[in-house]
Amino acid sequence: MEATSIIMTVYVFVLAIFVGFELISKVPPTLHTPLMSGSNAISGITILGALVVAGKEGGWEDLSKVLGFAAVFFASLNVFGGYGVTDRMLLMFKKDKKKNKQES
Amino acid sequence: MDALLSLLHADWLINLIYLVAVLFFVIGLKRLGSPKTARQGNALSMTGMFIAIVITLFTKEIVSFDMILIAILSGAVIGTFIARKVAMTSMPEMVALLNGFGGIASALVAMAEYYTNQGTVTDDTIVYVTLILSLLVGTLTFSGSIVAFGKLYGIIPGKPLIVTLSKPINIILILGCAAAAVMLHGQISSAEYVYAILGASIILGITLVIPIGGADMPVVVSLLNSYSGIAVAMTGFVLHNNALIVVGSLVGASGIILTNIMCKAMNRSLANVLFGGFGTGDSGPAAAPTAGGELQVAKTTSPDEAAMMMDIAEKVIIVPGYGMAVSQAQHVVKKLADMLEKRGVDVKYAIHPVAGRMPGHMNVLLAEAGVEYDKLYDLEINDEFSRTDIVIIIGANDVVNPSAKTDPSCDIYGMPVFDVEKAKTVYVLKRSLNPGFAGIENPLFFLDNTQMVLGDAKKTVEGFIAALDEMS
Repeated sequence: MEATSIIMTVYVFVLAIFVGFELISKVPPTLHTPLMSGSNAISGITILGALVVAGKEGGWEDLSKVLGFAAVFFASLNVFGGYGVTDRMLLMFKKDKKKNKQES
Repeated sequence: MDALLSLLHADWLINLIYLVAVLFFVIGLKRLGSPKTARQGNALSMTGMFIAIVITLFTKEIVSFDMILIAILSGAVIGTFIARKVAMTSMPEMVALLNGFGGIASALVAMAEYYTNQGTVTDDTIVYVTLILSLLVGTLTFSGSIVAFGKLYGIIPGKPLIVTLSKPINIILILGCAAAAVMLHGQISSAEYVYAILGASIILGITLVIPIGGADMPVVVSLLNSYSGIAVAMTGFVLHNNALIVVGSLVGASGIILTNIMCKAMNRSLANVLFGGFGTGDSGPAAAPTAGGELQVAKTTSPDEAAMMMDIAEKVIIVPGYGMAVSQAQHVVKKLADMLEKRGVDVKYAIHPVAGRMPGHMNVLLAEAGVEYDKLYDLEINDEFSRTDIVIIIGANDVVNPSAKTDPSCDIYGMPVFDVEKAKTVYVLKRSLNPGFAGIENPLFFLDNTQMVLGDAKKTVEGFIAALDEMS
């Protein structure tokens, strides 16, 4: 990578961290678990890298392809399992229908 | 068609669509922060993931799809199956396990990158350093999450282990990793250095988590979550993939914030949680329940008697803890609350931020039982206890321990706790009179207005319900 594109990547990294802090600075305790499992599912995005490794030319004798295969499998578990449990939990949260007061 | 494909193969287009996917994640995470929009937020984030995966399949480097299909589909089937089947009470260990899978996936990608690009990987310091970091962090996230899973599942003892040894071991392991990384840089084809880093990272994950007590698991689980995000970001640097860098950083930052919330709720620093070996139970006799040299005796009562008091109460606050999860009492607790409400009793729930074994653990269980989330209060409810007739403590201990306010020698001194002792009557549902998970004596049990109802929490609450039934 040339120097300018490295700097751009670091820019992206640092700014994304700040966005992350700003996004989640105030979350009610009720949502702590879904937020954790939801962001956990998001970290399965590593599957993008795994796909490229597992999809290149070659067969099962290629060690790096097999590693990629395992990576896709685990990341896929992470993505589907993570979104699955998060949605199941969020489905359960409901508000008292009798009360209509605004609450965030 | 060919023109369309070559357009789709263009890096700039893929990157542009990654940007769209990233926006879905950002908005999704934002919406996850409010109960009203949370489910929609999760759906947005799923959409982002779908877009990102589909467009990646058009990358020109991807030419064979057999392995990809087998891996994605088997992961999807198994993942969806366990997500549907897992009990809500097992959610902490489930989250820990899934998190470990994310970590190992990042480490495996880094490993594959090492084998593929041995010739060029040392050309660029950032690529090399992040490759090592993604191996290290990804692997330790995996082994650490497995240990956390073991502790939460009960295979590994929940109490802190090898507390004093772990610090020097960790330092040696980190230095060893750094040394191996430097050696590897000189001889990039010597895979044994990679194995050394992998081995050290596995052990590091174990020695980082094993000294931490079960009561501190909420902090550990959210910290490991943050680590898995960091591993993703590092992998992103290795692959020059902006989507991984941005999304990994988002997850890393959100995990850190959650960890910080947990630490604040216990009034302890992160370093203290990680290295303090909290809950060893050998904090000395300072917190022993003696007054004037005399051993105090806790009063016990029967479910029937307690139910009679509930029948005439006006305001009841329920304080659940890990014991409710263990005995799966959330459904009967909801039933008891419904019965009391039918009698005109005002019922609220007081939930400490670190109750249970994961952030928001109690909230999830009560939501499963159908309790509306606006009946759940955290420490803000503290000024209501003095106007409360009955407090029912279900398997919680440290979060209602008044020593945290009065006894500076106590392990949890300074941690914000519920002022339950201000209520007229406090019923403590507990398996036995042994100290709680953290091994700290609780003087609350010996107060005049406290009554212990010993036994399994679920059975005891069922006893309340049966007794109330007879009265009506």
